[in-house]
Amino acid sequence: MDVLIGQLTTGLSLGSILLLAALGLSLTFGQMGVINMAHGEFIMAGCYTAYVVQQIFSSAGVSLIVSLVVGFVVGGALGVLLEVTLIQRMYDRPLDTLLVTFGVGLILQQVARDIFGAPAVNVIAPEWLSGGMEILGAVVPKTRIFIMVLAILCVTVLAIVLKVSPMGRRIRAVVQNRDLAETSGISSRRTDITTFFIGSGLASVAGVALTLIGSTSPTIGQSYLIDAFLVVVVGGLGQIKGTVIAAFALGFLNSFIEFNTTASLAKVILFVIIVIFLQVRPQGLFTVRTRSLV
Amino acid sequence: MRGSVRLHRSSLKRSALAAGGVVFATSLILSGCGSKASDTEAAGGGGGAESCVDTEGATIKVGSLNSLSGTMAISEVTVRDSIKLAVDEINAAGGVLDKQIELIGEDGASEPTVFAEKAEKLISSDCVAAVFGGWTSSSRKAMLPVFEGANSLLYYPVQYEGLESSPNIFYTGATTNQQIVPALDYLKEKGVTSLYLVGSDYVFPQTANRIIKAYAEANGIEIKGEDYTPLGSTDFSTIVNKVRTADADAVFNTLNGDSNVAFFREYKNVGLTPQDMPVVSVSIAEEEVGGIGVENVVGQLTAWNYYQTIDTPVNKAFVDAYKAAYGADKPTSDPMEAAYVSVYLWKNTVEKANSFGVKEIQDNAGGVTFDAPEGLVTIDGENHHITKTARIGEIRPDGLIYTIWESPGPIEPDPFLKSYPWAAGLSG
Repeated sequence: MDVLIGQLTTGLSLGSILLLAALGLSLTFGQMGVINMAHGEFIMAGCYTAYVVQQIFSSAGVSLIVSLVVGFVVGGALGVLLEVTLIQRMYDRPLDTLLVTFGVGLILQQVARDIFGAPAVNVIAPEWLSGGMEILGAVVPKTRIFIMVLAILCVTVLAIVLKVSPMGRRIRAVVQNRDLAETSGISSRRTDITTFFIGSGLASVAGVALTLIGSTSPTIGQSYLIDAFLVVVVGGLGQIKGTVIAAFALGFLNSFIEFNTTASLAKVILFVIIVIFLQVRPQGLFTVRTRSLV
Repeated sequence: MRGSVRLHRSSLKRSALAAGGVVFATSLILSGCGSKASDTEAAGGGGGAESCVDTEGATIKVGSLNSLSGTMAISEVTVRDSIKLAVDEINAAGGVLDKQIELIGEDGASEPTVFAEKAEKLISSDCVAAVFGGWTSSSRKAMLPVFEGANSLLYYPVQYEGLESSPNIFYTGATTNQQIVPALDYLKEKGVTSLYLVGSDYVFPQTANRIIKAYAEANGIEIKGEDYTPLGSTDFSTIVNKVRTADADAVFNTLNGDSNVAFFREYKNVGLTPQDMPVVSVSIAEEEVGGIGVENVVGQLTAWNYYQTIDTPVNKAFVDAYKAAYGADKPTSDPMEAAYVSVYLWKNTVEKANSFGVKEIQDNAGGVTFDAPEGLVTIDGENHHITKTARIGEIRPDGLIYTIWESPGPIEPDPFLKSYPWAAGLSG
């Protein structure tokens, strides 16, 4: 029973990590259709933001909260820079975007290596997040609970923004029908930039949170990039709820398979399951269905 | 118009999806290649060409071959630095057989095939008398045919999985019976009756764990579980959950690189302590402790042959010289010390043989000693490994590792574990 609860919470926590890593991508890739291979490096930028902010603030607790905000801005700014200089020129050429952003990712990795050095740096977790909390006999590290809460918070805020704010309505309008939105007086350029800012910012927020459980090194983004793409593709493009469900489904599947087999085998089995799933439902779990898009 | 828009949008989505597929495929292939490359052995070397080493001039050339770029650079640059330190010291003291040593540095770029190419270059175009370097087992395996083919010498300074011996390689790092087996002896002595094995998924941890399992079977130690994670893996919640449920007496850790950070943070956060279930690591040295965060590994154990804190005049001189050359905040670690030792062992062998010739060095190597920072080491003329003292260390809050147990004396190298009856089924 303990073990079951333990694995349930592990799945939940893994799911929220996946969700956090994929949330930004579900905007830039899912909504805008941009294949941003530098997404992992935006996560990495968040990790290093947390490290730099921690050098300024002595209290690990304060620096964590400050890093979340600063990280969002840093990541967003990087995203806007990438969008304005490169991506906006290739909205109709997804494969070129793939290569270009892959190159940008490599450049960002090298920049991090030159500034901070190749060895991993240590971001200290605040005292109030050390140790674990007992839930029905299973111990869950507090850092993981924090990440769960943060993931839920980010999804909720993003969903509300997209649903009710004028900016969110503009984003959805451009995603659903770019030409029609422009005809109605929406600047699709401005909307694209805003969307990219939010998506990239969320990637860096994920990075800040991930320093609590993992290492901070120049290649850290690579380990989350594939998972993030998996979540978005399985969830289906264009819908936040698909991303949420896919993240938790993959989290649970992974933790249960891994518990009964091994970490390497779990990855293989998970990939096989996803390949079969995409054969049956190439569009993913959910897809935007409107009359104009059928 | 509307029709064309519709077509455009849906085809964009579809191509985006297809491209997504390409992303996965590409990265799968890339990661596949990464692990493949390490298995690839480079083609044989020069085919026994005549040595072109110039022994007439006022200087003698030797090579250093370490990864100065790529993922391994983090560890190997420090090894290059300590090779250079040894060469500078020897030159300042008058050189070898009255010749100054000229060190030619090459970059192996973390790629086994590059190691093989650069080794070939050092031997046949720079005409060096010996090469010092290599780190990963795959880099060593790639260089081995080159050195055997050209009949030249390699000094390899890193602890490894054993089961190898070449007349053209001198191994100055520990083999398994000088690191893993003593660590198990120590645990057994402490009353450990069950172990949990955690490692990265590649050759060293797999081989190490095969040895551990054979030892455990012969000594009545129960193996409660065995888990491997892909290199670079960052989620350890499931594995730590398994470790916690299994409740073994100790954990034997052969994880490599960044994975250690995630593992130890998770380990500490679910409330496991070195008092309940100590973790013995064989790949965490002084340099890695900083990146993991010393607060996460305080009290955990390591198994090596050298620590910066060894309290002997020889070690103090080495540490001071290293810090003076490269910075006061730079720690010294086991592989760095083994590399430093390898240069001196070469010098002592050359002086005993009174020659830089490969055959003369091979004939005279047996019994050559050096008073190293880790204690007296002696070359074994048969298997070309060296005697080493095994040490179990504890990580303390200052980030350094302190010896808490050491073998009674230097242990004779036994790369094929021939003197251990329980290991009979392993070699091959």
